[in-house]
Amino acid sequence: MSRKEAKRAKEPKGAIKERKLKVLNSLQEFGAKIYGQIASGDFPSVKMPSRSINNIFYDQKLRQYILGNKSVRRSSRNIRHIRPLTQLVWTGMFVDELTRQSKTSTLRDVFYSAQAYEMSFTDQQESDNLITDLETVIGYSREDFNVFPEERSAIFGDLTVEYTLPGYEGRRLNLTSHPDGMMIGPALTSAEFISCKADKVIAIEKGGLFTRFIEENVHKRHKALLIHTAGQAPRATRGFLRRLNQELELPVYIFTDGDPWGMHIAMVIISGSANAAHLRDLNTPDAKWFGVYATDIVEYKLPSDKLTELDIKRLYELKRDPRYEGKLWNREIETFIKIKKKAEQEAFSRYGLTYIVDEYLPTKLEMASSE
Amino acid sequence: MPSDVIPSAFGQVLYGSKYKLRQTRGTFGLGGKMAVLYGQITTHGQTRIISSTGTSKMCEYILMMDIQKNRPIVLKHKIHNNKSRWHGTIVEFTTEADYPRAMPKILDYLKQTAIVVPYANLTFVDPRGRLYKFERATTQMPKPPTETSPHPHGIDIETLKRMIEATKSRTMRDFMRRHFQRVGETTAKKFLKFADVGERKNPRKLSQDEIVRLVNAIKRYDGFLSPDASCLSPLGIELLKTGIRKELNPEFVAVHQRRPAAYSGFPFIVEVGVAYGGEIPVTDRILLYRFANRIPLLFDEASDVSYKVTNELMNWRHYKVLPDAPIAVFVHICSLKIPYKTVGKEFIADRPEVEHEVLNALREVARQLAIFLSRKHHMEREKKRLDVFSKYLPKIAAFSARLAGKEKIPDVKKLLRSIAKYVEEGSEEGEGAEGSD
Repeated sequence: MSRKEAKRAKEPKGAIKERKLKVLNSLQEFGAKIYGQIASGDFPSVKMPSRSINNIFYDQKLRQYILGNKSVRRSSRNIRHIRPLTQLVWTGMFVDELTRQSKTSTLRDVFYSAQAYEMSFTDQQESDNLITDLETVIGYSREDFNVFPEERSAIFGDLTVEYTLPGYEGRRLNLTSHPDGMMIGPALTSAEFISCKADKVIAIEKGGLFTRFIEENVHKRHKALLIHTAGQAPRATRGFLRRLNQELELPVYIFTDGDPWGMHIAMVIISGSANAAHLRDLNTPDAKWFGVYATDIVEYKLPSDKLTELDIKRLYELKRDPRYEGKLWNREIETFIKIKKKAEQEAFSRYGLTYIVDEYLPTKLEMASSE
Repeated sequence: MPSDVIPSAFGQVLYGSKYKLRQTRGTFGLGGKMAVLYGQITTHGQTRIISSTGTSKMCEYILMMDIQKNRPIVLKHKIHNNKSRWHGTIVEFTTEADYPRAMPKILDYLKQTAIVVPYANLTFVDPRGRLYKFERATTQMPKPPTETSPHPHGIDIETLKRMIEATKSRTMRDFMRRHFQRVGETTAKKFLKFADVGERKNPRKLSQDEIVRLVNAIKRYDGFLSPDASCLSPLGIELLKTGIRKELNPEFVAVHQRRPAAYSGFPFIVEVGVAYGGEIPVTDRILLYRFANRIPLLFDEASDVSYKVTNELMNWRHYKVLPDAPIAVFVHICSLKIPYKTVGKEFIADRPEVEHEVLNALREVARQLAIFLSRKHHMEREKKRLDVFSKYLPKIAAFSARLAGKEKIPDVKKLLRSIAKYVEEGSEEGEGAEGSD
């Protein structure tokens, strides 16, 4: 974490507003560039880093995937490029207006809105690709310019936020207000952080366990913000986790099923995905995975299932993945391969419903914080 | 039509003008008489004929046929004044027929006749009272054929015997020269030596055996010049083009006339056309119009040599013709003797000489079609290109202005002009390339 960011973390107010301005600037710059090219009699074109597989590299320092030096140029001089370029500029214009009016939309909305401008996309895939292009060109993720996927993940804990959403500006909310948790949607991701009594974040893969944690007052007992990732964490949630980590300097712990897929949910939160190699600020490099480990299955004698062929294939893939470096990951992958077993988070219920909160969690937290 | 031949021409089977060596519409002189005959046996009606050759007189006949004696019965013969010097022949008779069933073929026949005889006005009022008019598109007519003497290769024993009976020649050398086309002093001498027949031998003295040997020798001898085609009257490329344009109004027509060729001593000329687009319908096959000595052939298309060439020997893909293209092929074969496969005279045999001529002619017009199609595709592609630029550049300008927060939308006219210029240059290049091959 840079010094500058750390400073901002202590003064949380305004981070969202600042970011929004940056996004709008970036969009306007893009528009001005195209405008300038036409005004000076040139065929408008845009250059952006290539997202092809041979231009995606893992950066050890950033601990995430990044794009290499190869770039592609979309030029209106080229008959095959002119339509995608037009769509790109349109998309820029569309999200610029969205962001200015603080309105949100979905990928599906973008697909349909284009039709009003006789700019129809052939299919959803084409319009999704264009959104990704725009992310690449302006360097911000789609959530930053108010295009959201369907939301499904939630947060619960003693964090007070202040909405910036029109109609709710200035309104504050404590995130313990609703016992089911609050959805991490556009309103929340665009909210400023006001005050936080928690000193850690626990991200949980499964909804059932998230509810159990709330019921068992984990947020109080361990001063934790609880986040339900609902499987693979959506980008908005990944960005939100990063903000909690960077702005509030909270350590992040990730708790998933004990199988290669759960492990990878943690990894994407920590190191990001190859699909988002063109973006920054979506990963939380300091976040920690604390279970369920393969070694836990052995140690706690957890009820387990046999790994399927697909699971094992996935393990070998992870073994080759540059993100899975380090002792912990190696040890767990090897153990999975050795014991050929997997266990769900709920497996701890074998020892009673509260065992996981009373026994397992404290042990893990202690281990993690002493590392 | 001369007045004195009219009764026989319409009332005596096998009487006719066809037994001469020149291209004619019919072969045996049966068609007209059969129509009259059929009318007579189905309705017992009479046939009225009015005709004039453009003199001051005009004749009128009312006829029936004596079927047993094959003789015309003249019921009435009158001579009228012809002040206007009208020229032509009118034939009136009544016949029984199944018009609803025959209608499509009759209309096809008329339409196709209008193609191959574009200098004629055709008018048809059908039994339902509908008027069909096919108006002439030109007053040009093809040169009429001249009568010719036979080519040696076209001769058979019977014909040779008849010629010998009628000849005034005293020597074989003179006989050959006088009665066969394109046989002169030298050819006659060379051939008689080849046939081992004395030059000075009197043709009337030839024995039966000698005649047979002579005909066999003629068939084997390859020193004769190819047959004279002046006895043929092809339509000519301009008239064929006119006919096709007039009846089908296509986007593109190419026609080609082959040089005269011969099979078995009979000269023939193949003329073909190919038409594309316009009012030619899109079907799953190539429309084929066949003509023989300017008569449309309507039946048994699939057995015809032109069908074989068009559908089996031609590789249309090679000429950029797609399977569902609106395309029609026209094949006109004119000959002293059309090589019909059957007596029905509906389709032409696939004799190698004829097949070869049709194929080569079709290849020639197909090449022209390919050039047209590739130019057309090129133009379409370029136009589409320009359309794409014209559609998107103004949008990019408008969107970018809004995104950049500018009031004024930048002008894309200059960019579009440079694209349009490129389009023009492109098409010129295309033409240059095509012109050179």
